[in-house]
Amino acid sequence: METHPGFPANFLAGGSASFAELLRTEGTPPGVPADAGGPHGTTIVAASYADGVVISGDRRATMGNVIALHDVRKVFAADEESIIGIAGSAGVAKELVKLFQVELEHFEKVEGTRLSFEGKANRLGALLRAHLPSAMQGLTVLPLFAGWDRTAAAGRMFTYDPTGGRYEEHRHAALGSGAAYARSALKKLHDPDADELTTVTVLLQSLFDAADDDAATSGLDLTRGVMPVVMRASADGVVRWDPDRVRAVAEDIVAARARRHGGPKGGAL
Amino acid sequence: MPFYVSPEQQMLDRAEFARKGIARGRSVAVLKSGPGIVFVAENHSSTLHKVSEIYDHIGFAAVGRYHEFESLRIAGIRHADMRGYSYDRADVTARSLAGAYSQLLGAAFASSVDKPFEVELIVAEVAAQAEEDVLYRISYDGVINDERSFSVIGGDAERLANHIEGAYAATMPLADTVRLAAGSLSASAPLGAHQLEVALLERSTDRRRRFRRLDRTLVEELLHG
Repeated sequence: METHPGFPANFLAGGSASFAELLRTEGTPPGVPADAGGPHGTTIVAASYADGVVISGDRRATMGNVIALHDVRKVFAADEESIIGIAGSAGVAKELVKLFQVELEHFEKVEGTRLSFEGKANRLGALLRAHLPSAMQGLTVLPLFAGWDRTAAAGRMFTYDPTGGRYEEHRHAALGSGAAYARSALKKLHDPDADELTTVTVLLQSLFDAADDDAATSGLDLTRGVMPVVMRASADGVVRWDPDRVRAVAEDIVAARARRHGGPKGGAL
Repeated sequence: MPFYVSPEQQMLDRAEFARKGIARGRSVAVLKSGPGIVFVAENHSSTLHKVSEIYDHIGFAAVGRYHEFESLRIAGIRHADMRGYSYDRADVTARSLAGAYSQLLGAAFASSVDKPFEVELIVAEVAAQAEEDVLYRISYDGVINDERSFSVIGGDAERLANHIEGAYAATMPLADTVRLAAGSLSASAPLGAHQLEVALLERSTDRRRRFRRLDRTLVEELLHG
């Protein structure tokens, strides 16, 4: 290939607006750690509400029966209108999030326009598919992608399988080892027309239930003061809830659960 | 039949070739100001940009041949994103990018095979304090200038620079800065919002990405108070 001083030759080549493809041609060692024994992150929940979507993730990472980290973060802004939550092998998960964030920003800068929401969701699927060989060796990661779709003027959510298949979820979604318990709670409590505060309360209730039955989920850790990460995407963009605000909701939930451990009571019919 | 051309003459010819190409284009002014670094370009197209975002605090402006500076712009974004991804976002600097541009343009200018680039570039980086803002102008032959307060590139750069020099103050608010640049860019009547491309690298904002295009309505407001 022709060489130029100043920039590597492929920087001056025409073509793609994809950072991931550039990374492959550049031959930079992919930032995926080779050891399979790293910490593992778990439960992420998301739900739609009147003005968009909210998403929350607990803070625990485990290695076998050991709690490896008490304050790991699994929910991030992907760009200014979408959010990615990620469960699985923590090192790989962080790397995938970073790559996805750069991928979206890179496209936006090169093309001068944002990717469509569908485009972002597809791109995440492709990145996940490229990661499949590592997933086969046990380094599985699974993302939950949510955000505000400007064209549809609605909040949308996607879950994925390890081969990159993407599935749109219309009301709520849960991911990770505590997902089954969280989903049961969401089914009973979720109302798509509720306001933001109510929906965040519902998400935290579902995380409480997940932590109640799943040892790998941390729930509402008032002792340590480490709160689940809560983020919202609406027409106003992506906002991370202030931890103090999350704590206020968490305290109310814990107080109510002290009175009635199973959570809010509903009718049988 | 090969004949002798002195190196001096060869360089002069190449410089003249590049300068002529650049002079055909409309100018861009980049100014340090209170709220950040302001980019003002005369540009009648609203989609083919002369001013662009490179990285969190770094912006880019160019004049000359569109296809040449477009590929340089993309190379700059690739350079910055690759560096930020491999190391850390804080390790991406305007200095390193300006160095890469300078090497590329300088080598093409001195090479006997390549055609010199018919472009001039500005790479700017906004800092927390106005005194620490960075503004580099890179000319077609790879020469970098570290500009103190503002920089102008394009055909009529010298006249523009003199015009701006007379009225410029480092602490000017956004509206005054845009008005000054818009007034300078045209020798006759000041340019209207539909003839301008305006962007700002914001100094104080919650956003990580400081580069912001100012839309026509806002530019109109800034121009006419």
